[in-house]
Amino acid sequence: MKAYLTRRYMFSASHRLHCDGLSDAENQATYGKCNNPFGHGHNYFVEVTVSGQVDPATGMVCNLVDIDNFVRREILDRFDHANLNTLPEFREQVPTTEVLSVVIYDILKQSFHAGHLEKVRIEETMLNSFEYAGGAELRI
Amino acid sequence: MIYLTRKVEFSASHHYHNPELSASDNQRIFGKCNNPNGHGHNYTLEVTVKGSVDRQTGFVVDLKQLKEIMNREVVDALDHRYLNKEVPEFANQIPTTENIAIAVWKRLQDKLEVAKLHRVRIYETPDLWADFYGEE
Repeated sequence: MKAYLTRRYMFSASHRLHCDGLSDAENQATYGKCNNPFGHGHNYFVEVTVSGQVDPATGMVCNLVDIDNFVRREILDRFDHANLNTLPEFREQVPTTEVLSVVIYDILKQSFHAGHLEKVRIEETMLNSFEYAGGAELRI
Repeated sequence: MIYLTRKVEFSASHHYHNPELSASDNQRIFGKCNNPNGHGHNYTLEVTVKGSVDRQTGFVVDLKQLKEIMNREVVDALDHRYLNKEVPEFANQIPTTENIAIAVWKRLQDKLEVAKLHRVRIYETPDLWADFYGEE
């Protein structure tokens, strides 16, 4: 029986949306308040969905301890209370939440193998959220 | 096609233990959830059904009926129960969130008359949930 398991995490980080290829005026026009040179921050909520057959011996798709440990080590310890612009992933990419979703998806896809990664969903604020399933269509 | 979701809450206790494994393996795999005296959660169940909108009523499904079915088939059987000891599905199966979602699906799938069951989602806590879409 295939089931889907989702775990929700939170981290707080700052960022500035700024593209070096644009002029100051264009950056201001594109990013508005998010272009403030001193940056600003959010409490990000990250939902990670994995899928797989439910193991009859454990009743689990994937052991929660494995996914928690991985996310803590590879994502929360690096991203929480950090300035996203200073992280290597954003040296050449603007740390919008769209890009952040892809970055976090790729970290999981590359190194987390205890379950099949379905998607990553990120809430930047209570009013906006972003989902990425590696380019696949989302399932309701 | 319209998708409609109805939510209900129930509270239950459980523990995780596989009698075919040693005590130390049970402890290693299930950790605190292996406490033989159990622990509990406030579960939230979301049932999503799909169907076309009836021209006359404007409904995909009569919500009152859906609510009654969810209460009768799921809440009455699971609410304020020790899942391992009082719910037949979990006599020989570990009551993880995944298995609860599958058990709820099986309890509901033949009971819906008009709409088709699309997804069962069980929140064990606001930070952890399992989805089941039927056998795939």
